[in-house]
Amino acid sequence: MATLIEPRAEAGIPAGHARNPGMALDLGRVAAVQVNRSAVERRAATLPARRTVKKEWQAAWLLRAITCIDLTTLAGDDTPGNVRRLCAKARHPVRAEILERLGATGLDIHTGAVCVYHNLVPVAVEALAGSGIPVAAVSTGFPAGQTPLPLKLDEIRASVAAGAREIDIVISRAHALTGDWQALYDEVRAFREACGEAHMKTILATGELGTLRNVARASQVCMMAGADFIKTSTGKEGVNATLPVSLVMVRAIREYYEATGYAVGFKPAGGIRTAKQSLDWLTLMKEELGDAWLRADLFRIGASGLLTDIERQLEYFATGRYSAAYHQPMA
Amino acid sequence: MSGTPSVAEIFETMEYGPAPESSDPARAWLAAHAPRLRLFIGNEWREPSTGEYFASVNPATAQPLIEVAQAGAADVEAAVRAAREAFPAWSATPGHVRARYLYALARQIQKHSRLLAVLETMDNGKPIRETRDLDIPLVARHFYHYAGWAQLLDSEFPEMRPIGVCGQIIPWNFPLLMLAWKIAPALATGNTVVLKPAEFTSITAIAFAEIVKSVGLPPGVVNIVTGDGRTGELIVNAPDIDKIAFTGSTDVGRIIRKATAGSGKRLSLELGGKSPFVVFDDADLDSVVEGVVDAIWFNQGQVCCAGSRLLVQESVAEQLLAKLRARMEKLRVGDPLDKAVDIGAIIAPVQLEKIQRLVNQGVAEGAEMWQPGWACPTDGYFFPPTLFTGVSPAATIAQVEIFGPVLVAMTFRTPSEAVALANNTPYGLAASVWSENINLALDVSRKIAAGTVWINCTNVFDAASGFGGYRESGYGREGGREGLYEYLQPAWEAEHAADVIGEADHTLTASGKNGHKRGKKAHAEQVALAQANGAGDGAHLAPESDGFRDWPAIDRTPKLFIGGKQARPDSGYSREILGAQGEPLGEVGEGNRKDIRNAVEAAHTAATGWAGATAHSRAQILYYIAENLATRADEFAARIRAQTGRDGEDAACEVERAIERLFTYAAWADKYDGAVHGTPVRGLTLAVHEPVGVLGLACPDEYPLLGFVSLVAPAIAMGNTVIALPSERHPLSATDFYAVLETSDVPAGVVNIVTGARDTLAKVLAEHDDVDGVWYFGSAEGARLVEAASTGNMKRTWVSYGHPRAWLERGQGEGQEFLREATQVKNIWTPMGE
Repeated sequence: MATLIEPRAEAGIPAGHARNPGMALDLGRVAAVQVNRSAVERRAATLPARRTVKKEWQAAWLLRAITCIDLTTLAGDDTPGNVRRLCAKARHPVRAEILERLGATGLDIHTGAVCVYHNLVPVAVEALAGSGIPVAAVSTGFPAGQTPLPLKLDEIRASVAAGAREIDIVISRAHALTGDWQALYDEVRAFREACGEAHMKTILATGELGTLRNVARASQVCMMAGADFIKTSTGKEGVNATLPVSLVMVRAIREYYEATGYAVGFKPAGGIRTAKQSLDWLTLMKEELGDAWLRADLFRIGASGLLTDIERQLEYFATGRYSAAYHQPMA
Repeated sequence: MSGTPSVAEIFETMEYGPAPESSDPARAWLAAHAPRLRLFIGNEWREPSTGEYFASVNPATAQPLIEVAQAGAADVEAAVRAAREAFPAWSATPGHVRARYLYALARQIQKHSRLLAVLETMDNGKPIRETRDLDIPLVARHFYHYAGWAQLLDSEFPEMRPIGVCGQIIPWNFPLLMLAWKIAPALATGNTVVLKPAEFTSITAIAFAEIVKSVGLPPGVVNIVTGDGRTGELIVNAPDIDKIAFTGSTDVGRIIRKATAGSGKRLSLELGGKSPFVVFDDADLDSVVEGVVDAIWFNQGQVCCAGSRLLVQESVAEQLLAKLRARMEKLRVGDPLDKAVDIGAIIAPVQLEKIQRLVNQGVAEGAEMWQPGWACPTDGYFFPPTLFTGVSPAATIAQVEIFGPVLVAMTFRTPSEAVALANNTPYGLAASVWSENINLALDVSRKIAAGTVWINCTNVFDAASGFGGYRESGYGREGGREGLYEYLQPAWEAEHAADVIGEADHTLTASGKNGHKRGKKAHAEQVALAQANGAGDGAHLAPESDGFRDWPAIDRTPKLFIGGKQARPDSGYSREILGAQGEPLGEVGEGNRKDIRNAVEAAHTAATGWAGATAHSRAQILYYIAENLATRADEFAARIRAQTGRDGEDAACEVERAIERLFTYAAWADKYDGAVHGTPVRGLTLAVHEPVGVLGLACPDEYPLLGFVSLVAPAIAMGNTVIALPSERHPLSATDFYAVLETSDVPAGVVNIVTGARDTLAKVLAEHDDVDGVWYFGSAEGARLVEAASTGNMKRTWVSYGHPRAWLERGQGEGQEFLREATQVKNIWTPMGE
């Protein structure tokens, strides 16, 4: 049995759940991980066919999906101008008259966060002031993570100091690929300490880990090291968020929760572009983890284009007419 | 629905809502056919002669959908007549043309897939997700696959012919899919069909009949007669039907076996199961849980190959069961037309009651029952997913096929205990094995007695793979190349179907409407042919030794040959064997049922080692037998002469052919390979040829030595152990063979020989529940006895119905037909990918 840093007595659905403090690295549990790729793919393929939501349910679920989006821009040509626009969209992701028709005006719909590079953090913090929307900064040599550890730690501290309340770190893939779980644990542990009060999302870059078994092991190690979220991808790898990879990660979260009582969040990122996909991921969370993981404190979707498609689907539900993308205000 | 919640409310609760598949097109179809569905005979719609109809009920609502015709005797006769009349032209239709028809059927099914899916869900109660994503796509796939076989039949099976009119009776759990499994291979091979859908689920069969008509299939090729068990009985007993294919319960399979015994009707049976789902401690347990869902909560557990016995390694049992219970809480039972429902309705009240009765019994017998906290709908026939723990193998629920969403869980400690528990059942349809260790998974897959083994997956089906049972789960295969043999027969057999062996002289005589000249002339032709083929020129014949002496000969009464030793017959009696002129030739032991019992035990003792021996070493032993027979060729020829009165050259020819036959099967021993099927999974679907097990072989009278060798050699070459019953009239060639076996390194118990009253002993073997198969080459009456007696354990039988076989000819006396009968195909699905 794992040794817990701060054992939590109560189990069950985490309401206002405590932050995952991490635990000592348990290499036995890492080694015991079993993932059968074909079976995982079968579950991932049939899950969206087993569940669907229609009409009011679909509209409500899509609104929920919006609240879980980390609205993201991570480009070399980001400037204060386009980041301010993104923040404005984060505050008002759906046109008011559509919300009105849905009876959702009072729901305070906004995205889960805005996610940017470090340099744009001050702009985003200012633009989101008073909204309650946190700013997330990608960090630690994002996306490849091939920079010196001290620089990575400094980068985290700098972003936190600049007002980022969430830090999306990338792991050193080499540690996972060479099976040096101790090194991965130490690295992520150090990141977590550097984050302080800021929540840490740990990007596994699953597209570069080679196997689902590695994904499961890296997930366990990162949670043991104190990740608040585990996140699939930077969006920059060849393959980003997929349902099979996500299934493996959420099962790891479930196992960690059952073992420690701490609920770790999940963030798929990269490649989720359609409203239907966002529903598939919500279904995955609901079926494999439960309703607690359907809210922004435990579920985020890293996306930029997804919001527009959700808006179009909501407008269709509200009006009965298929919508055009240019009807939706751009970010 | 009263009070649809608002978007804002759902935003908080994040519940699932209703997601109904529209039933409007299906209701329109039903309305267009209301009030009654008629019979489909000769491409025409007919009222049943009975004038009776019965309601087909939607199990999810308990409301009737439409009336279905109850076919009577006159209807079945008409359907069989239509099929018979269609057969000559259809069987002579070029394969390519038949391929076009099957292709058209596949296309039409695809084009109407949603209508068929919705009709199926309404009639059967299974979730629309299943009919839409599994049943109907597999139906189309099956017709496509067999369109391909129709195209390839002439080139791939040049020496095979269709059987004729096939009576096909299918169950209610996969109505259209089972129809496809039956009709597609039958049509591809040139047979014609009279099919009866299950009384609960006839609607899609009638929709299919409309497709048959729309693609212009010639009248009579496919006939659909609806009705209850009485109609099925009429089909089973219809005299002009050549083959019965049945899928359903083992009980009904038994009745059909008895009813058709001796009729000459070919039989393929896909029966019940209690399939093990074996979980080792190194399995991916989260994936295992989904596997269990697919195994036992697919189609409400009303699946013959449902993984209904969860066998889990003790060290992970608690963990797995906790995960399983959590998963069960999330299953959704309800309106099967709802796209987000996992479990639909049970087919009918009678089935619901049966499930409830068995569950009650499970509780009464002390097992611990667990069901999720939510409640099932009450307006239809629903039953919640149910898990039993603390179940012992002796419990009723661990043995009986429940055919419902009920799982029983047991634990094991070691791989060998897992195999023992898995095989602790009369059934052998399927198994599922979960482990990340390929060594373990493959080893266990070979050791479990089941026609299909799924490694790290379950309930995966495809037309390219054979499906069918071991043991009391039936015989025959559906799907793939192996499925074709159920609808084909050797060309020579088709031509000589009416020939019979003369009872009077036990030589070959001519008979039958086809008037084939068989008899002695035919035998002479065979001998000539065999000689021309180089078997025996007579030069080996020793000069006849009359052995006049004044001293009495040393008595040579052979005992029985059991477990590698000569054993005195239990009866203490011997029977006199007469020569061709009626003169006493010797005596043999009078075997009885206890001798059979002992021989079967000896065969079982030898079975594992012999089946596990390398094919190469089995081949070497067969060569060695041939070698030792050759050194005694003259002696064996003389014995044949003495017994049969045939001339020396003729007898020598039989010996030479027997030696050659041993070479044939020594050759085949390591060449009768399985296959890797082209199924649509990433992985290998391995079709493995496994021995049937312990076989009883009742040898023909016609060739005392060759007949014996022709049966024993293929059987042991494929790894079976045998109890041979030699020719009753001429057993001395077989008893002389003891010495050959003893000097040929044949392991004790691989070949056992019991002399005596052959047909009586054959019946004992057929009745023996630990004998896996019986071959019988003798009279029509003996064939009937064997088939009728085989139902105790539903053993495989291969009988001659009194028809002659030209044993000297290679085309009839040896070859793959024998190897097929000596083996059963196990399909092992091994998905792969890390």
